[in-house]
Amino acid sequence: MSPNIRIALRFLTANKRAMAMSLAGIVFGVGFFIFGQAQTSGFEQFFVKTILGTDGAIRVQDRIRITFTTMELEDDDGSPWVIENTENFKHIEGIEQPLEVIEALKKFDSVTGISEVLTGSVVMGTNFRSYTGRLYGINIDDHIAVSDLENQIIFGDLYDFRSKPTGILIGSGLARLLQVTLGDTVVLTSLGLNSRYTVAGIFETGVSDIDRQRVYMKLTEARSVLQRPHGASFLQVNLVDPMRAKEEAFHMMNTIFYHVASWQERQKSWLDAFFVLRFSTALTVSTIILLAGLGMFNTLAMLVLEKTKEIAILRSMGYTRRDISSIFLWQGIFVLIAGTFLGWIVAILITYGVSKLPFRVTGIFSTDSFVVHWSIWHYLTATITATVIVMIASYIPARRAAQLEPGDVIRGTSQ
Amino acid sequence: MSNPIASSDKNDQVVLRCQNVHRYLGEGEGRVHVLRGVSVELNRGQVYAIVGPSGCGKSTLLYLLGLLDQPDDGEIYLAGEAMTKRGDQARTAARNAHLGFVFQFHFLLKEFSALDNVIIPMRKQGTLSNSEMEEKAKGYLEDVGLGDKLGRLATQLSGGEQQRVAIARSLANTPSVILADEPTGNLDMKNSTIVIDLLTRLSRENDQAVLIVTHNHEIAQKCDHILTMQDGLFLS
Repeated sequence: MSPNIRIALRFLTANKRAMAMSLAGIVFGVGFFIFGQAQTSGFEQFFVKTILGTDGAIRVQDRIRITFTTMELEDDDGSPWVIENTENFKHIEGIEQPLEVIEALKKFDSVTGISEVLTGSVVMGTNFRSYTGRLYGINIDDHIAVSDLENQIIFGDLYDFRSKPTGILIGSGLARLLQVTLGDTVVLTSLGLNSRYTVAGIFETGVSDIDRQRVYMKLTEARSVLQRPHGASFLQVNLVDPMRAKEEAFHMMNTIFYHVASWQERQKSWLDAFFVLRFSTALTVSTIILLAGLGMFNTLAMLVLEKTKEIAILRSMGYTRRDISSIFLWQGIFVLIAGTFLGWIVAILITYGVSKLPFRVTGIFSTDSFVVHWSIWHYLTATITATVIVMIASYIPARRAAQLEPGDVIRGTSQ
Repeated sequence: MSNPIASSDKNDQVVLRCQNVHRYLGEGEGRVHVLRGVSVELNRGQVYAIVGPSGCGKSTLLYLLGLLDQPDDGEIYLAGEAMTKRGDQARTAARNAHLGFVFQFHFLLKEFSALDNVIIPMRKQGTLSNSEMEEKAKGYLEDVGLGDKLGRLATQLSGGEQQRVAIARSLANTPSVILADEPTGNLDMKNSTIVIDLLTRLSRENDQAVLIVTHNHEIAQKCDHILTMQDGLFLS
């Protein structure tokens, strides 16, 4: 063990109470930092998983027609040149020839499934009340390949939906609003026409907005209800790696000339909100670490004042300025290492404990317990934050200790 | 007269020497010319006492000779090397290799035992193994009569014992010169005698030069040379 570390350890253990306060600050700062991140990113991951499981990684919609505008001009010497404006696009709503686009999309290696979807607004009525819902006409097997619908069914099953031509799948929130359950009849009204359908299943995605509005129906029936015998509203596409949806969407858009929206683009406002929430949580909890850093600074600054004579004698014995500063920095490092390690343990215990608490969350999301996300990055970020704060807090008194002139200190003591 | 001891550049017995050293302390109107061109040389195996009234510059000279302070003019030679213009790193290394200090207040590290306090300078030098350092430190502590108190913390020793530990610590790296600033200033007569006898005996045994700054004429009488200082200069 180096002499500096040995001296640092002795100084540290001689100031147990003050150091314990700094240590406690770092432990709780790091612990709550990680827990805050685990919780906020847990809900973010839950949201992303739900969105991917419901609306897929990519949505192909709206054909793009490029409207080139050109202007022919002549130079001073009479030679012709042309200005081309290639930034004019026109979006044509929906997909007129879905089969052609599906064939084109199948050529992408990254695509694992494609579902043709027709959507429209419908009024859903029971004897009790009426609500406006969003009708999704799907081919169930295609849609299962691009969504998690199969696992989102909480009442009923897909067999009934497949076997009954008039079967519909209805969101749990909408079912509650309409007060319907399995086997009940719902009247769908669209464009002045009424049709009767039977609730074959109730699904719950966990995202309240979806569960309160959405209703699935076979594509052929939907064409009849919405009076759209041809085309599709959009194609829902699943990918091998949904995290690469942005890049794949860009690539597809340039190939098939349809507007291709990745889930990141579609949910940008939500993802931004999650980022801000996560950042603000980190910032808030960092104040605990900051306070611990101030405590550390205070403890070490006091220690430097207390130890001026010892510093002077160490300098007279041949300890360099760097040795002196390292003695104080090592104290900060020891507290940092112990605080971070214990903080990790606190974080693991709190995160695990909270994830197991039976706590029904309702509102934007519906879950049966707090959703947490375990990530090594939360631990690393907390460690880096604590390291920066503690090392700055330790460096300032350490530098002051190194700057002490032994002759001045000893002369001052002797007088 | 500023050089009370005959100078001999070629004498290899000389371990520490200063020449025409000037030092000012304070700022502005309070600036005082403390040392006014002092020269002195210390030989191996000899004990020197600097005496003089308070404020005459005794301690200031000792800190300059101990490379703890920088002169405003003049040169200091340690083991034949001019030290004044050397950087802090080199002067610190020279202190570790060649100099031992005993101050009026022992300045022991209270978190460490007597044995550990003596080992601290050896650890910095890093030339001995742990067991060698321990053996050597034990030897010095036995020399100063503390062989039975090796494991005691500094706070568990009396003032005289603490000062004896400080003497053992000053010997740790077998320095060429021991500089002692009022080493008995805080001790009673009995302990003062023990400390001075120790310093003189050990310096002769180890062939070290010892420079003691003191107000006490009885202690000065025990030294080989008495250098009297007044107004920043040695009297002849």
